[in-house]
Amino acid sequence: MYAKETETDVQQWFLACSAGDIPQDGGACVKYNDKQIAVFNFSRRNEWFATDNLCPHRQQMVLSRGMIGTQGDEPKVACPFHKKTFSLKTGECLSGDDCTITTYPVKIEDGFVYINVASL
Amino acid sequence: MNTRKKIVVVGNGMVGYKFCEKLTARMQPDQFEIVVFGEEPRHAYDRVHLSEYFAGKTADDLSMSTLEWYAEKNIRLHLSDPVQQIDRNEKTVHSFHGITESYDYLVLATGSAPFVPPIPGVEKDGVFVYRTIEDLDMMQSYAKKARKGAVIGGGLLGLEAAKAMLDLGIEETHVIEFAPRLMPRQIDDQGSAMLRSKLQELGLEIHLNKNTSEILGDDCIKAMRFADDSYLDVDMLVISAGIKPRDELAKLSGLEVGTRGGIVVNSKLQTTDPEIFAVGECALHNGMIYGLVAPGYEMADVVASNLCGGDKSFTGYDMSTKLKLIGVDVASFGNAFSTTPECRTIVFEDTVKSIYKRINISNDGKQLLGGILIGDAEAYNMLLQTVNNKIVLPLNPEDLILGARGGAASEGAGVMSLPDDALICSCEAVSKASICEAVIGGTETLDGIKKCTKAGTGCGGCVPMVKDLIAGTMKAQGKYVRNVVCEHFQYSRQELLDFIRLEKLETYDQVLDKHGKGDGCEICKPVVSSILASLYAETANKKPVAQDSNDRFLANIQKGGTYSVVPRIPGGEITPDKLIVIGEVAKKYGLYTKITGGQRIDMFGAHLSDLPLIWEELIAAGFESGHAYAKSLRTVKSCVGSTWCRFGLHDSVSFAIEVEERYRGLRSPHKLKSAVSGCIRECAEAQSKDFGIIATEKGWNLYVCGNGGSKPRHADLLAQDVDKETCIRYIDRFLMFYIKTADPLTRTATWLDKLEGGMDYLRNVVVNDSLGMGAQWEAEMEQLVDSYTCEWKEAVENPEIRKRFAHFVNAPTEKDPNVKFEPMRDQVKAAEWK
Ligand code: SRM
Ligand SMILES: Cc1cc2nc3c(=O)[nH]c(=O)nc-3n(C[C@H](O)[C@H](O)[C@H](O)COP(=O)(O)OP(=O)(O)OC[C@H]3O[C@@H](n4cnc5c(N)ncnc54)[C@H](O)[C@@H]3O)c2cc1C
Ligand code: SF4
Ligand code: FES
Repeated sequence: MYAKETETDVQQWFLACSAGDIPQDGGACVKYNDKQIAVFNFSRRNEWFATDNLCPHRQQMVLSRGMIGTQGDEPKVACPFHKKTFSLKTGECLSGDDCTITTYPVKIEDGFVYINVASL
Repeated sequence: MNTRKKIVVVGNGMVGYKFCEKLTARMQPDQFEIVVFGEEPRHAYDRVHLSEYFAGKTADDLSMSTLEWYAEKNIRLHLSDPVQQIDRNEKTVHSFHGITESYDYLVLATGSAPFVPPIPGVEKDGVFVYRTIEDLDMMQSYAKKARKGAVIGGGLLGLEAAKAMLDLGIEETHVIEFAPRLMPRQIDDQGSAMLRSKLQELGLEIHLNKNTSEILGDDCIKAMRFADDSYLDVDMLVISAGIKPRDELAKLSGLEVGTRGGIVVNSKLQTTDPEIFAVGECALHNGMIYGLVAPGYEMADVVASNLCGGDKSFTGYDMSTKLKLIGVDVASFGNAFSTTPECRTIVFEDTVKSIYKRINISNDGKQLLGGILIGDAEAYNMLLQTVNNKIVLPLNPEDLILGARGGAASEGAGVMSLPDDALICSCEAVSKASICEAVIGGTETLDGIKKCTKAGTGCGGCVPMVKDLIAGTMKAQGKYVRNVVCEHFQYSRQELLDFIRLEKLETYDQVLDKHGKGDGCEICKPVVSSILASLYAETANKKPVAQDSNDRFLANIQKGGTYSVVPRIPGGEITPDKLIVIGEVAKKYGLYTKITGGQRIDMFGAHLSDLPLIWEELIAAGFESGHAYAKSLRTVKSCVGSTWCRFGLHDSVSFAIEVEERYRGLRSPHKLKSAVSGCIRECAEAQSKDFGIIATEKGWNLYVCGNGGSKPRHADLLAQDVDKETCIRYIDRFLMFYIKTADPLTRTATWLDKLEGGMDYLRNVVVNDSLGMGAQWEAEMEQLVDSYTCEWKEAVENPEIRKRFAHFVNAPTEKDPNVKFEPMRDQVKAAEWK
């Protein structure tokens, strides 16, 4: 049966920016209330990701300025400060440290980037 | 019915935590109910690396796990709640906050407390012990008003506390030791003398044979008085005179404790009550208290295994240690103190470099018994393995500490020759076999091995051996350990450069599609971007997302996420007008200014969105990018030279400016630095540069492949008494040769070290043109020089590029509210990071 989007579903998707604002194969930071979310356009894989902008290692608001890539098949971002890498899918730290970042569902509709902020 | 047995752990320190980790990893799901009491307010953290707290690590960084971990493992954790009583008949424990828990098994992991000798006055303010994060917090805030500090105790922990004082910025730090030598349990008199002179060089005052008799002052410590009636003024004191096992709870409940403290345990770590165990620094095994973490972990492992049906015993533990004190290696292993007639000793002493090495060898010359290393402990791991595994010594055992001298070096097969059960990582008890198996199983990186075996995650001392084992195992499997860029490119940098040049590839994606696999990473992207820039004189504005983060934003990121701005000041020469502009810009944008070590001015603390505005003003005043953020030419320093200096032979400033303007913006495998001195007094330090030039009576001497940094190396003379034009020609060739053949992030000195034939070969290529490439390289360099553009100019003039410099894409005018500054000496500094 066709299920209609409920009011809360709509509110959970935050319109962040237009897709063209985020560089191809790179990221940028989006402000949502007083939160900062890093959005990545992994155009080479045709995938989008959203994570915390805060690197848990030294509490730096910079992950969106990090370089993205893969380890095996796992998409990841490397923090510009000390090059700790995190999975863009699970948020797990891939360089062996005991810290993780939160990842958020993201979708592209009509050229706009929406981030699911239900967990925020 | 609940058949689960219940285990209560008292103490959530390093060993208590390790016990929980080992137990939950081994037990059947739900086999045990686990309850932990901890007296400290936070869950277990890494005490071994406690001092790094002063170097910027946070309590979280030091944490051994997370609260979620305990929740996941169903461990009930009561923090800030010490157990005060054990009722052994009822089999219950009672806590300070009034919680009563029953147990089937009780594990005491109460650790130890610093031993504070009963010196009159120890209760005064400003007297500290060094054990918990809280101790460090208190020291840190007290240190702000202290100028002179002292540490009682010249043992392992005392010296570490002394280093902490230096880190805290205490101007004068004294170490007071009662014994006639430092680290009396680990090293001998000769070693102590060497260590002492080295530590004194580094700014510590060492007093031996000194017995503190009183601590003076009203409420706060002011001075110390010693048994020999001498005095020392101090504002702050750390007592680190040994440890005292925390056995008070055990004693109270009638368990046997040693006369000098410690809960008596058998080889199963059972106390005199077989259902109560003691592990870690509180346990007294065979008359020994182990004040190190590795034996504690071993004890935790024995108890956890046995509770899960195993049959392990604790049989004692090697007390070998290696530590790095303020940059001085100190190691002691096996039986360090054996002397004749029990054994023979070989001693090596170098008072110039402050190195002392001693090894003790069995009388038949076959076995290594132990030894001491001061000043250079690189051989520690191998020596320890040689002792522990009773490896038969080579014919010339002195090679072990001196290295093979002369003739064909017989380095031995190194780590690969160790037996399978050799313990490589003693913190986590990982054997050689487990590491090699993991490598054979396909885990071929250090991070991977750390993750799957835990080797190298403790003190980290075994990391070099783990790396060698990975390489050695791969080689033994017939895998060619190639010098490849990363998992995405099975080629060296030089091979990639050749492909890109011959096939005229232009973008990172083209290179990846053609020669790589996967989607790239933070290692290969900057490498390829740098090659493209070196070959085509591209600026970092092309495909910014494939540039290292600093190149992407054309600035160096600083603590807190702001950037620094370094305009080029060729040769270090600057006009008063330009100085004024720098001052005005810095004032306007609230920047901290400092003269750099490279003879120019750095402005720190620029918000990302201010960068284009700042550069717009600087460029209008005639400045250009200084490429301080790039693997590129940095500075060409100069001394004032013949224009003013009475010794100057030629005009070194003009030549430095010419050289800097020629090679500015040149992308290379690593940064490039240069300098020009006007005479042999060498005030520009040209011989510490990648290429340095010194004026002679007849022309210029050209030196290459030097650097400062952590491994300083003097440059070697490449050509003598040449004229300017020849000098430039040689530099062109030298740089092109380097750019084309060096591995990523390899400075010229390291490149030369790996170059077969070394300096003679390099001179042949550059000066005698033995490869016949000279003309081509010069032409290529000329082209790069001609096509130079300032990438900051490019950026500020192009609205598309300017967009990159916004913190929020959806609020481009807003700055990152997290950026915080603190005032300091009339300027600002970045807020301390956590
Ligand atoms: C600013 C400055 C310190 C200062 O306040 O004086 C500095 C700052 C940094 N140096 Fe340096 N170095 C500075 C002069 C030096 C010098 C002195 C010199 O050039 O005469 C040296 C020793 C000479 C040499 O390089 O051979 C020096 C050897 C290093 C090294 C070690 C290089 C090596 O081969 O061992 C690093 C680490 C690296 O590059 O990997 C480094 C790295 C750094 C980094 C990039 C660390 C980082 O990643 O953040 C710092 C960047 C700060 C920034 O944002 O600007 N810095 N650094 C100096 C800038 C000079 C300039 O005008 O560009
Ligand atoms: C500065 C420093 C540097 C060190 N460097 C090294 C090194 O380089 N190499 C090395 O091997 N070792 C080193 N050590 C020693 C190492 O830290 C200890 O061996 C290790 O922490 C011992 O672990 P433990 O669990 O037995 O004791 P601890 O880590 O002290 O843990 C015991 C815990 O039990 C708690 N406790 C006590 N009584 C109770 C109670 N009644 N109820 C509840 N909780 C209680 C305590 O508050 C504490 O939190 C260093 C120690 C220090 C302080
Ligand atoms: S020596 Fe260089 S890298 Fe180290 S803190 Fe100073 S500026 Fe930074
Ligand atoms: S702050 Fe991100 S890796 Fe250190």
